[in-house]
Amino acid sequence: MTPLRRLRPLLKDLVTQKTQIRHVTYMPRPGDGAPRAVTLIPGDGIGPLVTNAVEQVMQVMHAPVYFEKYEVHGDMKRVPEEVIDSIRKNKVCLKGGLKTPVGGGVSSLNVQLRKELDLYASLVHCCNLPGLPTRHENVDIVVIRENTEGEYSGLEHEVVPGVVESLKVITKFCSERVAKYAFEYAYLNNRKKVTAVHKANIMKLADGLFLESCREVATKYPSIKYNEIIVDNCCMQLVSKPEQFDVMVTPNLYGNLVANTAAGIAGGTGVMPGGNVGADTAVFEQGASAGNVGNEKIVEQNKANPIALLLSSAMLLRHLQFPSFADRLETSVKRVIFEGKYRTKDLGGGDCTTQEIVNAVIANLD
Amino acid sequence: MATQLLRRTTKILSSANPNPPSPLTVARAFSAASTPIRATLFPGDGIGPEIAESIKTIFRAAEVPIEWEEHYVGDQVDPRTQSFLTWESLESVRRNKVGLKGPMATPIGKGHRSLNLTLRKELNLYANVRPCYSLPGYKTRYDDVNLITIRENTEGEYSGLEHQVVRGVVESLKIITRQASLRVAEYAFHYAKTHGRERVSAIHKANIMQKTDGLFLKCCREVAEKYPEITYEEVVIDNCCMMLVKNPTLFDVLVMPNLYGDIISDLCAGLIGGLGLTPSCNIGEGGIALAEAVHGSAPDIAGKNLANPTALLLSAVTMLRHLELHDKADRIQDAILNTIAEGKYRTADLGGTSTTTDFTKAICDHL
Repeated sequence: MTPLRRLRPLLKDLVTQKTQIRHVTYMPRPGDGAPRAVTLIPGDGIGPLVTNAVEQVMQVMHAPVYFEKYEVHGDMKRVPEEVIDSIRKNKVCLKGGLKTPVGGGVSSLNVQLRKELDLYASLVHCCNLPGLPTRHENVDIVVIRENTEGEYSGLEHEVVPGVVESLKVITKFCSERVAKYAFEYAYLNNRKKVTAVHKANIMKLADGLFLESCREVATKYPSIKYNEIIVDNCCMQLVSKPEQFDVMVTPNLYGNLVANTAAGIAGGTGVMPGGNVGADTAVFEQGASAGNVGNEKIVEQNKANPIALLLSSAMLLRHLQFPSFADRLETSVKRVIFEGKYRTKDLGGGDCTTQEIVNAVIANLD
Repeated sequence: MATQLLRRTTKILSSANPNPPSPLTVARAFSAASTPIRATLFPGDGIGPEIAESIKTIFRAAEVPIEWEEHYVGDQVDPRTQSFLTWESLESVRRNKVGLKGPMATPIGKGHRSLNLTLRKELNLYANVRPCYSLPGYKTRYDDVNLITIRENTEGEYSGLEHQVVRGVVESLKIITRQASLRVAEYAFHYAKTHGRERVSAIHKANIMQKTDGLFLKCCREVAEKYPEITYEEVVIDNCCMMLVKNPTLFDVLVMPNLYGDIISDLCAGLIGGLGLTPSCNIGEGGIALAEAVHGSAPDIAGKNLANPTALLLSAVTMLRHLELHDKADRIQDAILNTIAEGKYRTADLGGTSTTTDFTKAICDHL
């Protein structure tokens, strides 16, 4: 139960994302206000821009965090040892996206980092932000995705020239722990329903094992409703009736698709916060689509959207048990979005640069 | 008249057709409109027979030169095909080269293959084409969807090769071959060319699955070089999902391996209003086209004259386009769209109160 107990603070503080009125019932321990070290990985593409934005805002807020910056780029062979040691020491990390070369011989560093630190659950919280017009209302979905195995095992080989095989591995151990995380999250955050997404009518053994694990865990939480849905039906329902979903737990690949679809209907991957959680460490990054680092035009013109990373850093502050700072940051960001004056192009705004949004957020801090 | 026939033959013979023009297609070009083309019809179960009747009525009213050969799914397993579909039915489709299939309920049990699997394997149906158009008059949250999804139908993640390594560890194989990827890419570009589409996007996850989706992309790139007038791009699937739900107009023709194709084609069906309105067509080796309705057989409204024939109708229109009977196809499609847009005759699932026969009659009147 120990890993779960360690996760409780993270989960508990995620609940206060929605309700601003909170009854403070925890007693700060001596030394709690001391500044915490956070590993910062700027990443590629728009990464440095948006992490710079976070640094600026944190500095103005005098938040008790200081960043240890490490340069990691997508075309490195593997994540440097010192970075991993630093993350293990600090236990939290904030990172921008790492671009993976398509079809090349290098495996994705995002995936490598997750496997190395055993960050077994990836969480994306997709909800409608007031003031941001979208086609769908009432969206409030949390997608919890198994992060280490499944189709992303990276085990591929060419059998004969022209025929390639890729292995999808599903184990009971990993499925069970992500199912436990999902149900515990739902329980601690007053969520009513957990939906498992699968394709077990075709992949009977693999997804069947995932479903079995989910069903077993579901019996231990009788107050939470549990149902299952096939992934193609799920996508169809997401675009027509997203209100029916609450917490979704999925294996690796479907989770990627479902998280991106849910993020798209709630406003886009530029505004959804998220993070990867393991037993010991947590890495916060842009919610869905961490490999998407934008194109050069956005980088040159400084028009990257920092909202996602700002909201993720609010999640990070809560995880470090600084809820007041997290609340201030979130309120400010939501106010900026509500006003609608400063919005980047992907949110339907005009030619707003990253710096303008950062200034607006800083101006709106109380 | 002669120039029209000449134009049709030159179009058939000159377009880079991966399925070489069979004598049948050329013969059709020369035949006058009165020689009927034979097509196999599987009415299916549940609401299948009613909507098949509806199709026949409309086609008769539009004077489409098609003669239907009806085949029914039996109630005995045919040992030659190991399923409820008889060998004669499959031979009929192979002979006629076109078919229309209504919804079939797969009987549960062992000792036989599923019906869809039988059709796919025996007829070697390698590509599933779903044109998704927003129906004017049926309001969904997306009004400007106009895209085609082409999905590889035989391999990929759906090979069904799974095994348990040790207790609690299961492996599933995803197989991508050069031959199948080339085949579906060829069809996608050929389709884009013959239907006047400008862009083909290949959807993949090659940043993670480098060798498998990398091979798929390589094949698409090879085929793209043969069609320089069509823009070719590659989109990672998570980006694609997000762009589809934010702005579906960004896409034109999408070509994908099996699993992504399944999910994306259903997502696009959701964008236009659900499986009850989506046409679908399966393309096989040798120019076989089997259009089908992808919705279920709805046993609860079977026989009550309440079913919506739109999906099967639009699939039949896709079949007509495959047969190059574009003018008839356009007439029928316009009639369907106008009827739905008018809003006076709509079946229950679209929010109206008409029966199937009323709806059919309204479409015939609009022809």
